[in-house]
Amino acid sequence: MSAAPGAKRDIRPVSVASFAQAKNVRHDDQHNEVEGLLPVIADVFGAIGITKDDVDFICSGSTDYLIGGPFSFVMALDAVGVWPPRAESHVEMDGAWALYEAWVLLQEGEIDAALVYSFGRSSLGNLNEILALQLDPYYVAPLWPDPVSLAALQARALIDAGKATEDDFARVAARSRKDALSNPNAQVAHDRSVEELLAEDYVVAPLRRHTLPPITDGAAAIVLAAGKAAEAWGGDNPAWITGIDHRIETHALGARDLTVSASTIKAAEVAGVADGPVDVAELHAPYAHQELILCEALGLDNTTAVNPSGGPLAANPLMSAGLIRIGEAAAAIRSGRARRAVAHGTSGPCLQQNLVCVLEAS
Amino acid sequence: MSTEPDVTDGGAETEGPVTTLSTPIRLDYAFTPGVAQSRFLRGLAQGKFLGQRCPKCKKVYVPSRGSCPTDGVPTTEDVELGNVGTVTTYCVVNVPFAGQSIEIPYICAQVLLDGANLSFMGLIQEIPTDQIRMGMRVEAVWVEPDELSPSLASVRYFRPNGEPDADYDTFKEYL
Repeated sequence: MSAAPGAKRDIRPVSVASFAQAKNVRHDDQHNEVEGLLPVIADVFGAIGITKDDVDFICSGSTDYLIGGPFSFVMALDAVGVWPPRAESHVEMDGAWALYEAWVLLQEGEIDAALVYSFGRSSLGNLNEILALQLDPYYVAPLWPDPVSLAALQARALIDAGKATEDDFARVAARSRKDALSNPNAQVAHDRSVEELLAEDYVVAPLRRHTLPPITDGAAAIVLAAGKAAEAWGGDNPAWITGIDHRIETHALGARDLTVSASTIKAAEVAGVADGPVDVAELHAPYAHQELILCEALGLDNTTAVNPSGGPLAANPLMSAGLIRIGEAAAAIRSGRARRAVAHGTSGPCLQQNLVCVLEAS
Repeated sequence: MSTEPDVTDGGAETEGPVTTLSTPIRLDYAFTPGVAQSRFLRGLAQGKFLGQRCPKCKKVYVPSRGSCPTDGVPTTEDVELGNVGTVTTYCVVNVPFAGQSIEIPYICAQVLLDGANLSFMGLIQEIPTDQIRMGMRVEAVWVEPDELSPSLASVRYFRPNGEPDADYDTFKEYL
């Protein structure tokens, strides 16, 4: 096994040793959260021949607002089986941030392996109403602005600033869903021309249906490994995390320049995105126009394959879509399709909070 | 003093600061019980308790959520349990609260059905509240057959069945 790159950043090498996800669907009315997670957890362990007893820490990402019940993350632990008792944590955030917490713990050097998972079914309630409740509770949430309208404000600002056109949005959507045809877990995949997409009516101008993410039920899991565990489970092409950072912007939408992503720029700088060429970028851009903002923030050009999995336009399981980006980026390295990849997760309205993760081959 | 709102301070001077803001929130959800809990609920509609056994540790969960929380593996073997169980622990409710549907005082208890490895909450009736005790043997009293539904409301309550109390050692793991 060769050494991990990125030594100049003085971080402990951590590899994405295994990745699994549920088939993304519009609405799973058969399984509860535990039943949905069970096969994903079994897959993520089974792929590298380990069991729950081989990981030292468990961290999950989910939100009770999606299921409409309290402490759903506690019940979800039944899918892992936490006996004897073990170190475990949870973030009310996308699993990408749960992975960050596990990565920080691995940096301390006392453990070598962590399970990270996330789950969320966006289909159980009215997503427009649920997502309104993540907004400023005094001045914005009482107005119940829906996420599509907020995204449309951002898209309009982008057009007004002369930085993008509706054609550009359609090109992102056409490419993403065409790429999704080769992703067996994708929910929305098709080959349609930009002209065909632009003939659609507006949902909220300037956003047409094709620029919107699907509503998705899903789950995902990753095993992070360092030290001896990384050697044992890394396989021939381990994917190493060489930089990771996350930043957040103000909740006051009016105080932000929505045409740029200042938090992504800062996170990318700390994660070291510009330190080398980026072969693949898996970006959690739920709305087509947000991919354009993120590519600019990350300094990506046309030498990078963006969202070859289809990205969140092909499947957007809330709480898992960011973690899946890290998993897909790692898969690109492990399969040899990329030497260096960037994964990104987002949370909040109009790309309010962003996480950037750089992955490299040995 | 003018009753017109002060446009420069939003009324802060004349009316004082706003101290409370009411923003009503209501969200509706579709509940998905899942495969295992659906079996349990359908069992209740037939007047019986259906649990599931873990293939590894052999523990029986009722209700099962489809997984063994100890081993993290799917529970696939269905187990029908009887009507009789043991009170492992209890609480006598003396305090009225909003939405209360039962006259106080009443007894809320954890009941461990015979053959099960997981207790669940039940109402205990047909006994003075000062006579409830850990280890008491109880039986389920179901609603009339035409009132059975896929809900725990199918169980009206549990009542003492007259058997001697269970030995503490038989239920001490389930408190």
